[in-house]
Amino acid sequence: MPPLDATLPEDGLIAVVKRDCPTCELTAPVLAELAAHGGLTVYTQDDPGFPETVPDRIDDTSLDVSHGLKVEIVPTLIRRAGGRETDRTHGWDRAEWERVSGFQGIGAGLPAFRPGCGALNVEPGHLEDLLIRFGETGLSARRVEIGADEDEFEAGFACGWSDGLPVVPPTEKRVLRMLSGTARDPKEVVGLCPPNLAPLTVEKVAINAVMAGCKPEYLPVVLAAVEAVLDPAFSMHGVLATTMFVGPVVIVNGPVRREISMNARGNALGQGNRANATIGRAVQLIIRNVGGGRPQEVDRATLGNPGKYTYCFAEDEEGSCWEPLSTDFGIARGVSAVTVFAGFGLQGVVDQKSRDPDSLARSMAASLKAIHNVKLAPSCDAILVVCPEHERTFRNAGWSKARLLEELRELCDIPGEDLVAGAKGIAEGYGPSVLGTTRNKFRQGGLFIVRAGGGAGMFSGIIGGWSSGGAAGSLPVAREVKS
Amino acid sequence: MTVLLDPTSEQSPSSRERLARPDKLEGLTVGLLDISKPRGDVFLDRLDELLSQRGIAVKRYMKPTVAKPAPLPLRRQMVGEVNVVIEGLAD
Repeated sequence: MPPLDATLPEDGLIAVVKRDCPTCELTAPVLAELAAHGGLTVYTQDDPGFPETVPDRIDDTSLDVSHGLKVEIVPTLIRRAGGRETDRTHGWDRAEWERVSGFQGIGAGLPAFRPGCGALNVEPGHLEDLLIRFGETGLSARRVEIGADEDEFEAGFACGWSDGLPVVPPTEKRVLRMLSGTARDPKEVVGLCPPNLAPLTVEKVAINAVMAGCKPEYLPVVLAAVEAVLDPAFSMHGVLATTMFVGPVVIVNGPVRREISMNARGNALGQGNRANATIGRAVQLIIRNVGGGRPQEVDRATLGNPGKYTYCFAEDEEGSCWEPLSTDFGIARGVSAVTVFAGFGLQGVVDQKSRDPDSLARSMAASLKAIHNVKLAPSCDAILVVCPEHERTFRNAGWSKARLLEELRELCDIPGEDLVAGAKGIAEGYGPSVLGTTRNKFRQGGLFIVRAGGGAGMFSGIIGGWSSGGAAGSLPVAREVKS
Repeated sequence: MTVLLDPTSEQSPSSRERLARPDKLEGLTVGLLDISKPRGDVFLDRLDELLSQRGIAVKRYMKPTVAKPAPLPLRRQMVGEVNVVIEGLAD
């Protein structure tokens, strides 16, 4: 492509217009006046036949010239002298046009002012195409060419980029659009991604977010989730490499939940919501593709769990009488945040009879004590996902979240006699030193409560954790979501 | 042609890697696929003989026509029955 200046007139006026713009239509007679004086070149963005009033129109439906001139509004009128731009105006403003053109009294029958319209070259879609065509994307990832006859979705599998489901092909255009979801520099390194400790840039996050099916507005949430899992306290390498079931569970709080239409209510932990599904998937794809963490390689999981495809949901703050999860980590209510937890699956807590908080707490504690094995305490951190109908019982009784946690902790004390190896006819358990002592199922501060779920059904859930919970293993980590 | 952006750490070549070849055939089952080209059987019969002499299990398959890819049931059958496949591609 020749340099732009070589294709433009050295001296004179340039107008950039499109037919699909009432202000451009309005100025057509003015353009004819200026053309009659000579020295006007008109570039047309959409219809090469427009404006009929100007005989020497130049077809810029490729938008190359518009892009090169950085036109944002049409009509744009530019004066050039000695091969460079000396003045410019846009829209229709008689005084401005008189100044730029040097002709007085033009457009006599027109109103004095009309705002212009958005130029085609800056419309989403066109803009990305132009940036790609002119090599101005600023994207530095290696380009992988897919054969003309090759199915690009099959290529995602063949390249080893997939979690087992189809991935959206990460074209430059899609990645550029994804990056429009954040103000952060694509080259910024978010952290070192386990297990291979590869530098993870915002651009690589965006590429994987495209593949996961995210919308650009989800990207800040994905970035926050990724920053959280890369925090050494979360111990992503261990979470990945363990033979246990766990993977990152992403829980979202704050206004961003509603801004990106996440599901916190019916089937919140299930399928069907794009944001829930794709944010969790993006985190997993990043660990796989950038970190190199693949099953049966560094990922040594014995069984894994279906949440390793994606495990992300929002807390139902509006329907809750309790403080949101993020406040447990010092992030104020009303601030968008993600919390990541090394967790697995969902163990149901079915209680349709309890109508007083003591009974319901006992019910929940009995289920909590079964995580991993009834013979193990402390076993792991856990999240209790309380459904609305269960929460109602605590709400009516005036139980705060702190009160419920305190009661559950007390109820999760287990006598050593029940935990010693061989007790209950189960070899699993501890040595005789446990006899005469009491152990709690959870480390202090190792149980968390989140509110989610649909209005009907007395079914809460437990997300179990990794046996190396706590400081020796993985700690839940929260991060504010920033644009 | 579609250009995709590499989602990985770019520490391995972008060209797709073939599956690693086994170090030895002993203990594996070898499929011999006749693609229905004339005299392919001569080549494969000799391979069958040589492999069998080494005590390597051999299974024989044949495509119905050289002109089209192997039908899906045949591909599935081979994947389920053998560890490696040898085929003669030319006359």
